[in-house]
Amino acid sequence: MSKRIRQLGGETVAILLTIIIFWIPFYFVIVNALKDKKESALLSLSWPSTTHLWENMKAVITARDYMLLRAFYNSTVLTVLSIVVLVMICAMAGYVMQRRTDRATPWLNFLVLSGLIIPPAIVPTIWVLNGLGLFKTMTGLVLVEVALGFPFGVLLYKGFMATIPREIDEAAVVDGCSGFKLFYKIILPLLQPVTATIVVTSSVGIFNDFTNPLYFFPGAKNATVQLTLYNFQSQFVTQWNLLFMNILLITLPPLVLFIFFNKKIVAGMTAGSVKG
Amino acid sequence: MTKIFKRTYSYAFLIPAAIVYLLIFIFPTVMSFFFSLTRWDLTTWQFIGLDNFKMFFKEASLLIGFKNTFIYAFVTCVLKVVIGLLLGVLLTSKIRAKGYLRSVIFFPTLLSTIAVGLTFSMLMHPSQGMINAALNVIGITGPDWLGDTRIALLSVAFVDVWKGVGFAMVIYIAGILSIPQDYYEALQIDGGGSFRKFWNIIVPLSRPATNSVIILSFIGGLRSFDLVWAMTKGGPGFTTDLIASIIYKQYQGGYYGLATAGNVILFLFVTALALPLYSYLNRKEVDL
Repeated sequence: MSKRIRQLGGETVAILLTIIIFWIPFYFVIVNALKDKKESALLSLSWPSTTHLWENMKAVITARDYMLLRAFYNSTVLTVLSIVVLVMICAMAGYVMQRRTDRATPWLNFLVLSGLIIPPAIVPTIWVLNGLGLFKTMTGLVLVEVALGFPFGVLLYKGFMATIPREIDEAAVVDGCSGFKLFYKIILPLLQPVTATIVVTSSVGIFNDFTNPLYFFPGAKNATVQLTLYNFQSQFVTQWNLLFMNILLITLPPLVLFIFFNKKIVAGMTAGSVKG
Repeated sequence: MTKIFKRTYSYAFLIPAAIVYLLIFIFPTVMSFFFSLTRWDLTTWQFIGLDNFKMFFKEASLLIGFKNTFIYAFVTCVLKVVIGLLLGVLLTSKIRAKGYLRSVIFFPTLLSTIAVGLTFSMLMHPSQGMINAALNVIGITGPDWLGDTRIALLSVAFVDVWKGVGFAMVIYIAGILSIPQDYYEALQIDGGGSFRKFWNIIVPLSRPATNSVIILSFIGGLRSFDLVWAMTKGGPGFTTDLIASIIYKQYQGGYYGLATAGNVILFLFVTALALPLYSYLNRKEVDL
């Protein structure tokens, strides 16, 4: 009996702690996003005396000539394009790198693994993009996101490929499939679970990315949502209600994703990180 | 047979990946070693030998980045391992609120670092912030979390842990769940308590998870930039500057050669710390 009471007590404490540590910061953002300028300047937790939901939302969205809408558009395009390219090239590379073993294999593995450790050389990358005429363009930024996401993606695909028996390939070859046809018709559909993992985890990562757009996608016209938030910070320095409304708006996409894919995300996060 | 094999698993599949990866990642990395030795404005360069590196090691405002980066990576890594392990143990035990707790603790991992950074810089406001207001209630005068040179770096590190510990927890949960039940049964027969269960079974057998958490959070810590930039921009003074934020400042100032030298230094720093750590952890794992 006393053990059960102790356990119940422990659980209550744990839940109370999560309320203090996690819920209060969220609540703080929400109530302050609803306040007027004067009330939000107090940075308090109290419920707003009058709510300004639509007013604040309109102010944030129309600021700087609808920059936030353009930023949402840019971020969506960036995320979708990057993921499509990333999935295609990682699946193809992972397929060959797992199936084919010859003298080049250790070198290829080493090259890919080094990408997980090495910090990207930023200014030389700008120099390369500039030379290609891709600096400050969406294509350039997509290429950067793909190049940096490649090592992790290919490792996941390689790991999963190892669980697909070679007999399937052989049967397909006997039936007259080979090369690209084997890959697109047989292998790619089988890789679907890993593809889902990569889509979910990378879309969070790329949508939330700040550093790469900051370096490779500068300019007011370009701006992704993370950059907008960062730039608005100086503009809204006396209007914290608007800053909080902005934070709230850009937190919505990950929140929606989380509600729908909670289990998938967690499974994907672990799949890539624990071996054996 | 090899002919069929070469045709079926043709390296042609690697071509798109190879083009992007070599051109956008490997080639700039290699070139960075050359450009770090130059004065450079993206179109013309002038070879100046090791001057950029000399400058890095002579100027206090640049040198502080090493110390800070190391402290930051170390503190965040240790806290994520310890808290992540404890949460992992707690949330694989028989408590009922497990699903709720896992979701709540994991959620910040998905949030925008900039949004988290800005929110916490408000919460840490010295006179109006919630954190000090709460401390006031119990009679403590809180410090200026981000303005005090002695603790600013640690304040940012704590926010990093707040945001990232859910990831460590998930890795630990996966690691702990993969421990075979036999070990617990054996311990029960031997009459060991829950402390021995933790210390003699869970800690050693979740070693692969520990290694993953250490490597991921340590490398992540060494490379981090966005949180510190959102919260303090390296200030007050240079007390929270990390190597990555120094690189950004030099880039902004138009010192491309110097920024690239910073990149090369970060590269060497990460490799010099991460590779030995990696091989050490892996050796331990084999001994098990």
